[in-house]
Amino acid sequence: MSVAVVVYPGTNCERDVMHALRDVGAEAELVWHREEDLSGFEGVVLPGGFAHGDYLRPGAIARFSPVMKGIEELAEAGKPVLGICNGFQVLCEAGLLPGALVENRGLRFICRFVHVRIDSTDTVLTRATRLGQVLRIPLNSYRGSYAVESAGVESGLVAMRYCDEAGEVDAEHNLNGSVDSVAGLANQRGNVVGFMPHPERASDRALGSGDGRVLLESFVAALGDA
Amino acid sequence: MPELHHELGMTDLEYTAVIDTLNREPTEAELMMYSLMWSEHCSYKSSLPHLRDLPSDGPQVVVGPGGGAGVVDLGGGWLAALRIESHNHPSFVEPYQGAATGVGGILRDVLSMGARPIALWNQIRFGELSDPRVRYLFDGVVSGIAGYGNAVGVPTLGGEVAFEPCFEANPLVNVMCLGILRSDDLVPSGSLDNGDVAVLLGAPTGRDGIGGASILASASFSEEDVSKRPAVQVGDPFAAKKLIETCLELASRRLLVGLQDLGAAGIACAASETAAGAGSGMDLALDAMPRREDRMSPAELLVSESQERMLAVVAIADLPAALEVARRWEIEASPVGTMTAGGTLRVFDGDSIAAEVPAESLADGAPVASRPAAKPGYIDEVWAAAAEPQAPLDVGGALLGLLDQPALASKAWVYEQYDHMLGMGTVVGPGHDGALLRLRGTQKGLAVSTDGNSRRCLLDPRRGTSRLVFEAALNVAVTGAKPIGLVDNLNFGDPEQPGVMWQFVEAVAGLSDACRSLEIPIVGGNVSFYNSSDSGDIMPTPVIAMLGLADPMPETPPRLDAATDGMGLWLIAGGGDVPDFAASAYAKLMDGELVGRPLPADPVLGKGVIDVALQLAGGGHAAVVHDISEGGLALALTEICMMSGVGAKVDIRDWRILFGEAPHRVLVASDRSNLADLVDLGDAVRVTPIGRFGGDVIHFGDAAPIAVVEAAAVWRNAIPRRMAGRSR
Repeated sequence: MSVAVVVYPGTNCERDVMHALRDVGAEAELVWHREEDLSGFEGVVLPGGFAHGDYLRPGAIARFSPVMKGIEELAEAGKPVLGICNGFQVLCEAGLLPGALVENRGLRFICRFVHVRIDSTDTVLTRATRLGQVLRIPLNSYRGSYAVESAGVESGLVAMRYCDEAGEVDAEHNLNGSVDSVAGLANQRGNVVGFMPHPERASDRALGSGDGRVLLESFVAALGDA
Repeated sequence: MPELHHELGMTDLEYTAVIDTLNREPTEAELMMYSLMWSEHCSYKSSLPHLRDLPSDGPQVVVGPGGGAGVVDLGGGWLAALRIESHNHPSFVEPYQGAATGVGGILRDVLSMGARPIALWNQIRFGELSDPRVRYLFDGVVSGIAGYGNAVGVPTLGGEVAFEPCFEANPLVNVMCLGILRSDDLVPSGSLDNGDVAVLLGAPTGRDGIGGASILASASFSEEDVSKRPAVQVGDPFAAKKLIETCLELASRRLLVGLQDLGAAGIACAASETAAGAGSGMDLALDAMPRREDRMSPAELLVSESQERMLAVVAIADLPAALEVARRWEIEASPVGTMTAGGTLRVFDGDSIAAEVPAESLADGAPVASRPAAKPGYIDEVWAAAAEPQAPLDVGGALLGLLDQPALASKAWVYEQYDHMLGMGTVVGPGHDGALLRLRGTQKGLAVSTDGNSRRCLLDPRRGTSRLVFEAALNVAVTGAKPIGLVDNLNFGDPEQPGVMWQFVEAVAGLSDACRSLEIPIVGGNVSFYNSSDSGDIMPTPVIAMLGLADPMPETPPRLDAATDGMGLWLIAGGGDVPDFAASAYAKLMDGELVGRPLPADPVLGKGVIDVALQLAGGGHAAVVHDISEGGLALALTEICMMSGVGAKVDIRDWRILFGEAPHRVLVASDRSNLADLVDLGDAVRVTPIGRFGGDVIHFGDAAPIAVVEAAAVWRNAIPRRMAGRSR
């Protein structure tokens, strides 16, 4: 049950994600973006970072990397595919998820703990959670504002929304100005998920929160799917 | 070429020394190299004689000052590499790129030891935020640090932000980096064999940053100097990330016999230092350097400060393997040099020789500049006047005034733009006394605190600097980490002014005294002179960056937000309560006068308080252990209350004790009733219960209470409200 952790030249969360996956019992292996065959893996994670420097739109170059073929094949086969932060941007650019990620409201990088509410448990990232459960997880991004035409959101499943400590969704707690407060989004099938906050950074209470662990456990539990 | 050497910032004496070294007139390329390598920035010609006696030894020191970075042993086969640098002048000319490339440069210094950079700290100082240009500089510097650090994948765990009018036209941007490595991966230095190959790694070379070290960093500034913008380099964190991974793989596969950063003075510096360090020479082929621009002259290629480049030295047998590593990480690798016997750096431009100089003369041959030092006139005046600010109308009002000072306010506006969580090591992040990182796979924690105090160092550079060392040591101790080494960044004005030189010599003496008292070795440092503008020299601003080791790391390290209802409040200090208002934040707020002579550090008490803080933090006896510094006890307690979201009642009425800034004092929040019995206090230290946490207001004696939420609103909003409307 091994997970591929994709490394573009400018990815920078690859080792964090690999360690966090191993901490919840998965086998995880770094895979260079020139590799196109991921058939030996049960799932794939695209970690955060700046895939090719993000001097163009984030993910605009990454979608043409050879590894995209392997990612698409896993997605097609119904296996779990997770894009975190920059990985979310790449999945949108590649058309595996609807919409795009644009500059934060306020045009500044945001690095802080936020709260997200589970709004669907029908995704590989949230299946071990409860509807309405509130998780405290770090948001660390500059282009983290989810943008899409209104029909676009409906073509996917909103897995998580930014909210306050009690689970109330409002504009104040939608720090980056995402459409409909979207923090995490899946395809209809629920096997391809993009999530802007970093679950791996909340996978150990010594780091301020262990709330991300249940998400990674969900993902690892889904490795046997399809 | 008498005119050219002046244009390049060289004196006639230095020019004559070049001719004496070569026994002939230098070529243009040679003169360019000497002008940079002998600049103040590269050669330390004014400061070196004063730095030689600084204590830099200790059983833990693996590499001391003079290496690419200082290296200390953490035990268990782990080493830490640390270094601090300034990028003051470039950041005034172009704040975003100036700060960004400062980050890039310090990362490569740490990388040159074979260490993976794991965290950054920035010490940034500006004029007052009421000035729109200051807001532009502040915003640009913070964005530049964020833009580069966040993308390159190294977390920024904090640092310092301060504001004084003297920094209006000369901001200070200091950057410190910490790296870790296995002891086997330390890149060797010294012996190189003839025939070893120098490989230029990373970005191609362009015309950016030419003369940065001599033109920008080694001369005073005036307002027109924005025209020097072409001398500022442009950063590319994406290229840097690839360079880091390449170099680390080369180091871990033992493919390196040497590794050097290309920073100030470009490949001229890297090649001459590599050769001189090994007692060798080098043949350098300019034709082999990949370049970004056409028709670059030999001089331009030699001293370009294009970013994201390293010079690796590999044995010829390992060259194919090394080139393959670079190819896989998608960066350029070009064999440009060969190590030779003798000690000559020969630079080939095609078949002709563009330069042929003794490598050692470039790297270490700068004539020492003997700068006279004399006590400036202001010193006796300020010492003669006592710092006796007026009493506050009410304690609460004075406290809110302090909380609204940008230097004392919450820095969340700054550090929330920095990724401080990357790497999954941040146990105590920015906003606390010291940051604490865990070292994965071990029980160890690494703590860092960086500290400066321009106002106190102006009033007494020796006492001011000495107190900084004690404060920085205390700030790592409160996380449970024992101080094991430091690097310093000495930011001063024009060294050709005897008064500035006196400040420098005094500060170095204070640094030396404190390090000897605490037995903490100095493993590296940087000197930045010529921080002056049309309005004069900056206040002397030494910055201390202290590294501490917690082994094992406490299970629950103290943090400022951990006080809860019912906990006791304790003061750890010496016996006598002597308020110190010289250079205090309270005096600045109340009457703006900067007079008096600050109290000196007390080595016995200072050491004792650090030791008690370590016992409390390491033993898990306290939820909060907080150093009392600027703003005094009142501000320190309010910080705990605001971050913890709890009120407090403290039995101190005397405003002098509340706002004074005597050294070596710590506040503790703990649920233990017998704190004094849990630690060995030694002879000098007292632990006094002074109050209790609870409720949602803060009571200072019988003064009118202050609501925690009201205080917090002022404190959190002080910087954002001044920066409102600046959106990038």
